[in-house]
Amino acid sequence: MADSGSSEEVAVICNTDITSAESENNIINTMVERGTVLLRKMEISVAEADKRTGKNTVNMQETYTVYLIETRPAESVPEGGTPAAPDTLWRRYSEFELLRTYLLVTYPYIIIPPLPEKRAEFVWHKLSADNLDPDFVERRRVGLENFLLRVASHPVLSNDKIVFLFLTEVDSRLKSLSAMLRVKNPDKRFMGLKHYSDELNTIILQLLRVRARVADRVYGVYKVHGNYGRVFSEWSAIEKEMGDGLQSAGHHMDTYAAAIDDILEEEEHYADQLKEYLFYTDSVRSVCRKHELIQYELEMAAQDLTYKKQQKEELATGAVRIFSLKGMTSKLFGQESQEQREGRIAALEQSIQEGEEAIKEKDAECQEFVQKAWTDIERFKEQKDKDLREALISYAIMQISMCKKGIQVWSNAKECFNKM
Amino acid sequence: MSVGAPRGLASSGQKLITEMLHPLSAAEEQLSPWPDVTISVGVEKQEPGLTNGTPVEMSNPASTLQLIDRLQLDDELEADTQDPSETHDLFVTVDDPKKHVLTMETYITYRVSTKTTRIEFDLPEYCVRRRYQDFDWLRTKLEDSQPTHLIPPLPEKFVMKGVVDRFSEEFVETRMKALDKFLKRVADHPVLSFNPHLNAFLTAKDLNKRQGLALLTKVGESVKHVTGGYKLRARPSEFCAMGEYLDTFSQKLGTLDRIAQRILKEQSEYLTELREYSSVYSSWAGSEEQLQRPLEGVAGCVTTCCGAMEDLSDSTSQDFLPVLREYVLYIESMKNVLRKRDQSQAEYEGRLEAAVLRKQEDRTPIPVEVEKCQDKVECFNADLKADWERWQRNKRQDFKQLLTGMADKNINYYEKCQAAWESLLTVLQDKQTEDKTSETN
Repeated sequence: MADSGSSEEVAVICNTDITSAESENNIINTMVERGTVLLRKMEISVAEADKRTGKNTVNMQETYTVYLIETRPAESVPEGGTPAAPDTLWRRYSEFELLRTYLLVTYPYIIIPPLPEKRAEFVWHKLSADNLDPDFVERRRVGLENFLLRVASHPVLSNDKIVFLFLTEVDSRLKSLSAMLRVKNPDKRFMGLKHYSDELNTIILQLLRVRARVADRVYGVYKVHGNYGRVFSEWSAIEKEMGDGLQSAGHHMDTYAAAIDDILEEEEHYADQLKEYLFYTDSVRSVCRKHELIQYELEMAAQDLTYKKQQKEELATGAVRIFSLKGMTSKLFGQESQEQREGRIAALEQSIQEGEEAIKEKDAECQEFVQKAWTDIERFKEQKDKDLREALISYAIMQISMCKKGIQVWSNAKECFNKM
Repeated sequence: MSVGAPRGLASSGQKLITEMLHPLSAAEEQLSPWPDVTISVGVEKQEPGLTNGTPVEMSNPASTLQLIDRLQLDDELEADTQDPSETHDLFVTVDDPKKHVLTMETYITYRVSTKTTRIEFDLPEYCVRRRYQDFDWLRTKLEDSQPTHLIPPLPEKFVMKGVVDRFSEEFVETRMKALDKFLKRVADHPVLSFNPHLNAFLTAKDLNKRQGLALLTKVGESVKHVTGGYKLRARPSEFCAMGEYLDTFSQKLGTLDRIAQRILKEQSEYLTELREYSSVYSSWAGSEEQLQRPLEGVAGCVTTCCGAMEDLSDSTSQDFLPVLREYVLYIESMKNVLRKRDQSQAEYEGRLEAAVLRKQEDRTPIPVEVEKCQDKVECFNADLKADWERWQRNKRQDFKQLLTGMADKNINYYEKCQAAWESLLTVLQDKQTEDKTSETN
């Protein structure tokens, strides 16, 4: 499904994996209480799904699915009467995504409910990997409804105007907002760092997992050799000349088997060093995110200023360029007085000045952040390289020590065998 | 009796065939350093049935002691505890496997090379090709004609098609080694090596197996006709001890086999994980700059260890396990011989009892057959004891070799790994000092 605004969103999380079972049960299992906040006022549901064809952002024909949002005032049904017809509008998945991105940015301290899968993932049946597959669409419908219900029942999110417009107005201003939801000039260095930190996180996790499996296996190999100790001992009992040699060799086999415990204990230190850097990647990621936020706020402030300036110009020259409610009402209900207009211009000017101050501050803040952050990041990189190299060195030393011990034990055993 | 001449002692190291005296000519000078061991001098043809197990008396105690000293010294030098009566004038080798594809069947033949100075052989050297079937024929013939002796085992005859590839290099190699061992053991045996069937096997261009070489010894003949139905009264304790030993030993070998197989399994799983471990390091190296070389180094090291582990596992399955299994077969053979001995003794006791009763009844003298039976039993016992001693000695040698081999392979494995990690360490530490010096500059 082609999508207009999800490639470089600030802190966007698109894919979630609600299973169909979860989706179907969500109405029952959610903590959504009917009659809280927005839901107190209206019933919301995603009733249907349908296919549409149209041109996408890159001007190509495509087929996509749209979902019908139904809303109805939550008054009790009059006795004997039929319930009022719901208000409806059609929305596609990408619009839900836009809404969610908007919420993520606007309320960074809130845990925003997730959306259902963008694409059919984790499919066990090849055929249902199609986004237009009716089963997938149905599951998605349920997931989208769940999303809306959670947002509408949230004490903070449900009061958002954009949410309300999303549910009720075809043009919810989201599209225009979406242009502002992208960080226009993402700092390449920070992006690179975030990417690296994600990679490092993944690889260290993998390494720790495999290392644990390797340790498990090598433990098995050593311990089984202990059985040789026992059988050599038993065997030596029936031998005359060979007896002594076998018996002592058996003891060495026991020693060998016991050695692995200490060896693996020591290796845990190496694992700890890796773990430290695993957790470090989380910190790095936070710094990157913080930077994104500052950058985004700066851009938002700049947008806002531009808007205000345009407004002022419009008022000053009388030319209507921006569609606004105020502009509309003044057209419909007559012009305002000169005094009123001048008053508004002055207010705007004040606001613009304040806005410019704010931007300067924000910009300075951003630059200071970048400078400080990048200094520390360079320091961190050096520390990481040094620490990890030392970790590898100590690991190599541990391996060498393990080999030496092995040679020692087997040489001892060999001597015993020679005396057989 | 002078024993200074080392030539008389066949066991003092490898000698040129030409220098060695024929056992027949050196008969007088052959002395046993272990007074309680009887010597079998391989002169079957002269007096069939009675030459085996004739003890040789020590005529000169002082020289015996000298002998013992010498032999013990040799022992240390060579770690070789061979029976001095063993002959070293017959050398055989099995090698050079070749595959033959015919319309009806496909099979492998091996080259059997012989070098000898014995007069029983027309030529000093022979070279023939033999297949497994031929070895099997030889063994059967030896068992039949020398029932009082322990015949070495052959490797397994049947292999499950589909489970084991009969023509894989590994299988053929393992089998060939076992056949070589079999033949060498037969050739080293003071009695078996003179068996005419062996001669035919080693020399005949075409081994016509149908042509039964009717050269069974009288002992062979008579032992073959021992019928069952005689109950053994009292088995001499030494044979009881042998039986018990064989049972326990067989058990221990079984345990060793299982342990080795378990180790192989663990090693194989270890190997799988190690390989993935190496590739994770490689992967990581891809996203690093400064750490790229060190991480790739670690990946390389781990891969080297994988190779070393593979070698260790291969040697366990190709060198270690086959020998264990061969000895289990050997034990079975030995047990069989013990059983036959028991039967032989039982028959004698049965007949003797019957004869004695008859004598008591009507004064019929004890028939000659009964005395011959007694001889038989005594021969059997003597042969068996001699073979037992040889077997014990060989077993000690074989297992010493086997276990030191196993230790060696393990040491080898660790040495390879250590070398890999040490060379990586140098690289890592060099870089460290490099960085340090560039920092201070």
